[in-house]
Amino acid sequence: MKTPITVAAASIAFAACAGSLAFDRTTQLGPNPQLPDPEHSLLPQMNVPKVTPWANGEKPTVPEGFRIEAAATGLSNPRNVYPLPNGDLLIVESKKEAKEPVERPKRPVMAFIEAKAHGGSGGGPGNRILLLRAGEAGKPERPTVLIDQLNSPFGVVMVKDALYVADTDAILRFPYKVGDAKVGGPATKVIDLPAGPINHHWTKSLTASADGSKLYVGVGSNSNAGERGMDAERERAAIWEVDLATRTYRVFASGLRNPNGLTFYPGSHTLWAVVNERDELGPDLVPDYMTSVKEGAFYGWPYSYWGQHEDPRVRPQRGDLVKSAIPPDYGLSSHVAPLGLAFYSGSSFPQRFQGGAFIGEHGSWNRPELNGYRVVFVPFQDGRPAGKPVDFVTGFIKDGKARGRPVGVAVEAGGALVVADDVGNTVWRIRATASTKQASR
Amino acid sequence: MANVLIGGEGRAARATRSIYLFLFPIPVVCFIGALVTDVVYASSAYLMWLHFSQWLIAAGIAFGVLAGTALLVELISSRALRAAAVGWAHAALFYVGLAVEVFNALEHTADGYTAVVPTGMTLSVIGAMLMFLSAVTLMRVPARSIEVRRFR
Repeated sequence: MKTPITVAAASIAFAACAGSLAFDRTTQLGPNPQLPDPEHSLLPQMNVPKVTPWANGEKPTVPEGFRIEAAATGLSNPRNVYPLPNGDLLIVESKKEAKEPVERPKRPVMAFIEAKAHGGSGGGPGNRILLLRAGEAGKPERPTVLIDQLNSPFGVVMVKDALYVADTDAILRFPYKVGDAKVGGPATKVIDLPAGPINHHWTKSLTASADGSKLYVGVGSNSNAGERGMDAERERAAIWEVDLATRTYRVFASGLRNPNGLTFYPGSHTLWAVVNERDELGPDLVPDYMTSVKEGAFYGWPYSYWGQHEDPRVRPQRGDLVKSAIPPDYGLSSHVAPLGLAFYSGSSFPQRFQGGAFIGEHGSWNRPELNGYRVVFVPFQDGRPAGKPVDFVTGFIKDGKARGRPVGVAVEAGGALVVADDVGNTVWRIRATASTKQASR
Repeated sequence: MANVLIGGEGRAARATRSIYLFLFPIPVVCFIGALVTDVVYASSAYLMWLHFSQWLIAAGIAFGVLAGTALLVELISSRALRAAAVGWAHAALFYVGLAVEVFNALEHTADGYTAVVPTGMTLSVIGAMLMFLSAVTLMRVPARSIEVRRFR
């Protein structure tokens, strides 16, 4: 391996290297992923790619029949995108502000590595929401600041005449009418969300029920596998359901280590999410996944993974809870770090994309061979995944260096796919080329 | 018992010796302490004790490296220490113990129970024993004066 900082030291890694090299990671795509035995290595097996910016005119790669262009560049850690019905686009610039407490010597080392993976990108202001007006075709406008001074925001959802923003510590409501250049007033707090003092997984994904009466918010865990104690995980690793009328919440589903990309399947009442599973059980454990979220269900974390496979690290064990754990729907393979999910509901892409899922895979650093760093497409039929994921937006890695990392994805009213690239500090827009449109009509 | 490491040569040699004698007990105590906190964690699963182990091992290594450096200077400068088999035994036990604890520190980075059971605790037992024996041999290193007389 030439350029990436290989912290792996595979020679010191205790066992199983031979096994993991032979492992076919495509066996982890789909509903019944192969799960190798957990590995325990002396040094975590890592490969943190160096960050190198997109050179002028460089872009990710899309399949034939599509073209990709930058909708906005020079951003500061754009993590999420939220298209409005009139063609305007909200861009959420966000980064983690507070430092995690140092309970053990490993923490500062890990913080250093995680910062490295981001290449210290986005030195700008950040933690705000930008508005990118629709503009004339082919003429990108400069985004303006819609809401400033947020606290590590991530999720955004429009419900009637209000914009709900999930800061890392609260859901805020801003009066807003589609088409306006400014919000109609200051924020009112809907509800507090679990944040400090640890706040390990800080991105709070947000969506609303079809009737706009309830919000669903993803609250990630405070640790990798419960190693900060279960007191730190109270009502975390869960999806909350927030009732807007009463401003109350309940845990809708739990055992989801870091749920993101919360989205209802178009025309249904089925909530879907992509979930980042745990690290340091080997390069091929545990597969990250996409799943429909069943009300009241427990998905295992931290006691078990993929249903009832117990994690040997977690003590005290909870056989009673493990017995109730259900497996998720669809594996995406290990350490791809899915953070964005959008179902294709537009009309400009060819027919085979209808109702399928686009998933933004932020990319691994916890396995020797890079995985993720792409947007994949999973075809759906009758509201269920039907087939293997295929690469849709690729080319974020070049010569072992990361030019970008995709995060939030969304489908615009006009049918284009937009992708937030937090390392490339760009929002990408993918359109079907005219010939494809005609061919599919 | 008089001790070769306490005997005086030059002022500089005396300084290294006092530095070494000051530093040496710190890693020994840290590593033995980490063994104790490992046992408590393994029996209680209360994570605070695992954190204690991790910090104790890290501190033990930090001071162990300093002590190891001072011991190296001592080995190079003191002919009497080199001449005594027990001096070599002391150094060997100390350095091997320190190396074991470096592996132990890495082993202890696992997120939870497998940081300690079974390998971490095993390494803590071995490391603490080597350090303890190293301390015992240090007490048995013959006094320099005796050495000098014997060899003259």
